[in-house]
Amino acid sequence: MVGRLVTMGPGFGFLIVFLAVPLALVLSYTVFRRGRFGGIVYETTGENFTRLIDPLYLDVVVGSVKLATITTLLALLLAYPTAYMIARLPAKWKVVALVAVVLPFWTNFLIRTYAWIVLLNSEGLVNSGLEALGLGKLELLYSDGAIVAGLLYAYLPLMVLPLYSAIERLDPQLREASANLGARPIRTFWSVTLPLSLPGVLTGCVFVFVPSLGNFVIPELLGGGRRIMVGNLIRDQFLKARDWPFGSVLALSVIGVLVLLLFAQAWASRRVGRDA
Amino acid sequence: MRRNGKQGNGWLRLPFWLTYVFLYVPIAVVVLMSFNQNKSPYSWGGFSLRWYGQLLENEKIREGLINTLIVAFGSTVLSTVLGTLLAVGLARYNKSRLVDALSTMPAILPDLVLAIGLLVFYAAVRMTLGLHSVLIAHTVFGMAFVTAVVRARLSHADTSMEEASRDLGATPLTTFMRITLPTLAPGILAGALLAFTLSIDEFVIAFFTAAPTQPTLPIVIYSMVRFGVTPEINALATLLLAVSFTVVIAAQRMTKLSEALS
Repeated sequence: MVGRLVTMGPGFGFLIVFLAVPLALVLSYTVFRRGRFGGIVYETTGENFTRLIDPLYLDVVVGSVKLATITTLLALLLAYPTAYMIARLPAKWKVVALVAVVLPFWTNFLIRTYAWIVLLNSEGLVNSGLEALGLGKLELLYSDGAIVAGLLYAYLPLMVLPLYSAIERLDPQLREASANLGARPIRTFWSVTLPLSLPGVLTGCVFVFVPSLGNFVIPELLGGGRRIMVGNLIRDQFLKARDWPFGSVLALSVIGVLVLLLFAQAWASRRVGRDA
Repeated sequence: MRRNGKQGNGWLRLPFWLTYVFLYVPIAVVVLMSFNQNKSPYSWGGFSLRWYGQLLENEKIREGLINTLIVAFGSTVLSTVLGTLLAVGLARYNKSRLVDALSTMPAILPDLVLAIGLLVFYAAVRMTLGLHSVLIAHTVFGMAFVTAVVRARLSHADTSMEEASRDLGATPLTTFMRITLPTLAPGILAGALLAFTLSIDEFVIAFFTAAPTQPTLPIVIYSMVRFGVTPEINALATLLLAVSFTVVIAAQRMTKLSEALS
């Protein structure tokens, strides 16, 4: 008992005070009215929730979901074959390939976003290339495409890793059995490999989709403020409009999406576990 | 059979290499541009270190760097101590999933949610913002990573040494200091390194919990980047990339070392 208290007590206490209590506060603010000059008035209201379906905000939500979905699908498209290849590399190269994927993720996120300003700027590398090819300049920066590129760049490693560990764990005998029974590689992929790696796919989707929704830096720096995403909206409610209750509702909906996807992931893992 | 498999997977090489090109070309361009003599960041005028020199004279960057280092060192020490103890406790005593969930939550939760949670909390307890508020915030998520790394190390650690130590009459504290800690050392160090890099690079949470008069380095970078591309940012970016790369590769070596020892 003493050992338990000494080892877990400090960390657990710290997490209760600085994680559980803050989240509980945000949760509780969703039902209160905003004060006239910011802050909270402790009268309950459902208004904060109904504002979510206000066309003004609904547009932001729909637009963000669209961009986050495109980003997630592109990440999946790039990461799946990459993870598949890494899983089949010899052990020594596997580590190198994995570290090379993770490395950019551990570098400064602003710097990685900034790199895309350098690339996509009207005088930047991509446009210089286009000009040299006689294609003329394109307005690349400050567009939805630039936002998707930035989000994809920021979160692609988080898609590769769970996919890799899911594919790595697959029993190669299952693929062989499928091939021996006459299935073509594509058929084997769709009915054996993909369903069995579904938990990894969903984990990757959680790791890419959720932070894409909540990102406010990339829409601002690469979208030039033309596109407002849920993340920008949340930031503005807390730092500019000082409408904490509505900001809390928005944050809660991001958490809601996260929890839903995590449930889907847990369901898929259980299914695969039972089948195997 | 094997030949068959190889033939069928040839096209996979394209997205595989595309991933690495996509991940490294933007970084490479920034690094290259940082050594560019030209003032225009887009045309090459020969090799030069002038932007690195100018960086050293930038007062704002220096202040930001000092603030960042204070926060990073403080939060690394705190999260390493709390995270290691928590990992040991979780491995030995825990049966509730609450502690388990709480300890991994900061790693999964979007940073923006943690940021507003802490902002609201600091306001509610009327705590003034400053470096200490960022330090606490960074400890919350740094701890999650330390706990995870140390736990992974504990999961395939041999407990017979600890049992032997106890059977020979050592107190729990002696056993912890002389057996548990040394076995866990590589994992603890790797966790600490990760917590340190995370803190140095962290922007969103710092943006919400720092005082405007004491910005961390990423906050300074953010305000610089908003005004556009400058060769100075390229130089700063290159230095930060070098630091992160070194630390992460060191952490990777450390955990591999620990695997080799176990």
